[in-house]
Amino acid sequence: MKISAIRVSKAGLLKLDSVKDRFSLYKIGIVAWAIVRAVIVSGICFMIFYPTLLRLSVTFMQERDLFDLTVRYIPRNFTLDNILLVWRAMGMPETMLNTFRLSVLTSILQLASCTIIGYGFARFNFKGRGLLFSLVLVTLVVPPQTIMIPLFLHFRFFDIFGLLTLGGGQGVNLLDSYWPFILMSSTGMGLRNGLYIFIMRQFFRGMPKELEEAAYVDGAGLFRTFHTIMLPSAIPAMVTIFLFSFVWQWTDNFYAPLFLRELSVFANTLSGLPSTIAQLHYWEVGTFAIMSPAVGSMYNNVGSLIVIIPLVVVYLVAQRHFIQSVERAGIVG
Amino acid sequence: MRRRSKKRNMTLMKKKALMGYLFVMPFIIGFLTFFLYPFIRSFIFSINRLEVTTEGYRLIPIGLDNYYHALFVDPNFNRVLVESIQQMLTSVPSIIIFSFFAANLLNQKFRGRSVARAVFFLPVIMTSGVIIAVERNDLLQNMISMSASPEALETGIGSLAQMGAGFRTVLMQSGLPSQLVLYILAAIDQIYDIIIGSGVQILIFLAGLQTISPSLYEASNIEGATGWENFWKITFPMVSPLILVNTLYSVIDNFTHPANQAMQMIRDIAFFRLEYGLSAALAWIYFIAIFIILAIVMWVMSRNVFYQE
Repeated sequence: MKISAIRVSKAGLLKLDSVKDRFSLYKIGIVAWAIVRAVIVSGICFMIFYPTLLRLSVTFMQERDLFDLTVRYIPRNFTLDNILLVWRAMGMPETMLNTFRLSVLTSILQLASCTIIGYGFARFNFKGRGLLFSLVLVTLVVPPQTIMIPLFLHFRFFDIFGLLTLGGGQGVNLLDSYWPFILMSSTGMGLRNGLYIFIMRQFFRGMPKELEEAAYVDGAGLFRTFHTIMLPSAIPAMVTIFLFSFVWQWTDNFYAPLFLRELSVFANTLSGLPSTIAQLHYWEVGTFAIMSPAVGSMYNNVGSLIVIIPLVVVYLVAQRHFIQSVERAGIVG
Repeated sequence: MRRRSKKRNMTLMKKKALMGYLFVMPFIIGFLTFFLYPFIRSFIFSINRLEVTTEGYRLIPIGLDNYYHALFVDPNFNRVLVESIQQMLTSVPSIIIFSFFAANLLNQKFRGRSVARAVFFLPVIMTSGVIIAVERNDLLQNMISMSASPEALETGIGSLAQMGAGFRTVLMQSGLPSQLVLYILAAIDQIYDIIIGSGVQILIFLAGLQTISPSLYEASNIEGATGWENFWKITFPMVSPLILVNTLYSVIDNFTHPANQAMQMIRDIAFFRLEYGLSAALAWIYFIAIFIILAIVMWVMSRNVFYQE
């Protein structure tokens, strides 16, 4: 034992000497890697920001700036017309309010249901738990398009076990209301809710059991333990889930166009914006507008910018908690 | 004495089990009404012709006609199905490799690391759902995502294509297997899509990297391991379960991706051509194909994944 220790230290000494010789080379390597890393990271950051940068610069351009090759980023003919036009075409304050209402509603409901369900899976032993949890994964793996049509018809002719149609009739039409979202979110079946349940379960599983046991010993009931001990420590994970569900509901182009036709939300108004603008022009001026593809694309970009800005604000607010939850490794156990 | 405590324990266990059911009850209800029921209905639709009447809808059983039509009559579906699965199979590995690389990068210590982390995750916020759908068909935006360079806007695609061509010839003449070269070239062409599509995966890998105890690295450094050895002997095995998780996530992400032509087609057939039965059959074929692929991937990967416990 002793001998080997000495040998190791000798080897270590030898190594130290050789490191000293190669010290400058080693240092060059570190600096070179730092430079390469800086280039890679900033390059990727630039690519991520580029579409937004483009949107921002295009927003304030007039049509002729688009075709002027000498104009880059900074518009030569500054204008606010684009924003005003798109604002009107998207039915703005209302559309944003609708989207906001929908997103807040669904994300709060999804947060509540997924936290509760995740806690149930993480902390209780009951028969069939494994099977039920694998069903959660099944809901994730099945493409939502598979159940799209039956869901659509389900809410078109909504009915609870035939109770509503006892006296004949065809059920209640829940389309164009928030009810499909409320029902699905509060039962953990909204957009990608399986993922949220999975995240919450992993998070709760990673928390020390002693915390709970101490609470039980002190006489706290199950519910009290849940909401005074477990919930406060789960805040980073909950912020993550809230952020995900808010953002994905905000831009959701699967369920929103499926259930909402008349009620305007961003998902519906942003797609096909150029044709909406052409229509608006026809109603107001009475002539068909001739719109070049570049201009149509400009309107798309302005619209996208309007959709993105609130999300960025939400992200900046939530970001601190969010990064914290990553750093505490809460997201995957 | 002992017996009594055991008995008591049992009742508490029973109570807890009951509470467990209570906690997961929302999921059970949701699963039955908003998943299992529509799922079964969808299969029933796929073997029927669905006609919308004034009093709801009517089903006319036609057996496997829809499936036959989808696979052998419809000129497009076969091709779209194969293409979209191919697209998934090529993009998922690049996303996994890129996000693993990026997570390792973001796990190193350097100035501005937290800002870089926040930015790398930004695509999840800024390019999701409808925004990516719009961006994909957008003229001005397409100029960059096609060529991955702002230069294209100014000088046109020409000069960039030249630059790319130089790189291409070097790769082509390098003697690497041509399949591999083509894959690398395709990945480079899609670099923007890959960056955009790997926000969550980077996050998952990053979280995994941070759970690795530093004492492991300390011990191996004392034994004289190099950074390269540390990476393959410690980092890689420790995060290997997350490769499985990320593969699953990427495949799922692919379903709702607007670039997914098969999904688009399923939707269009239902809501523009109003052939609900055919659409359901297409969805089922797609689902079964995905399911088989996922099962194979899971089977292969879970045998090679290292679990610490």
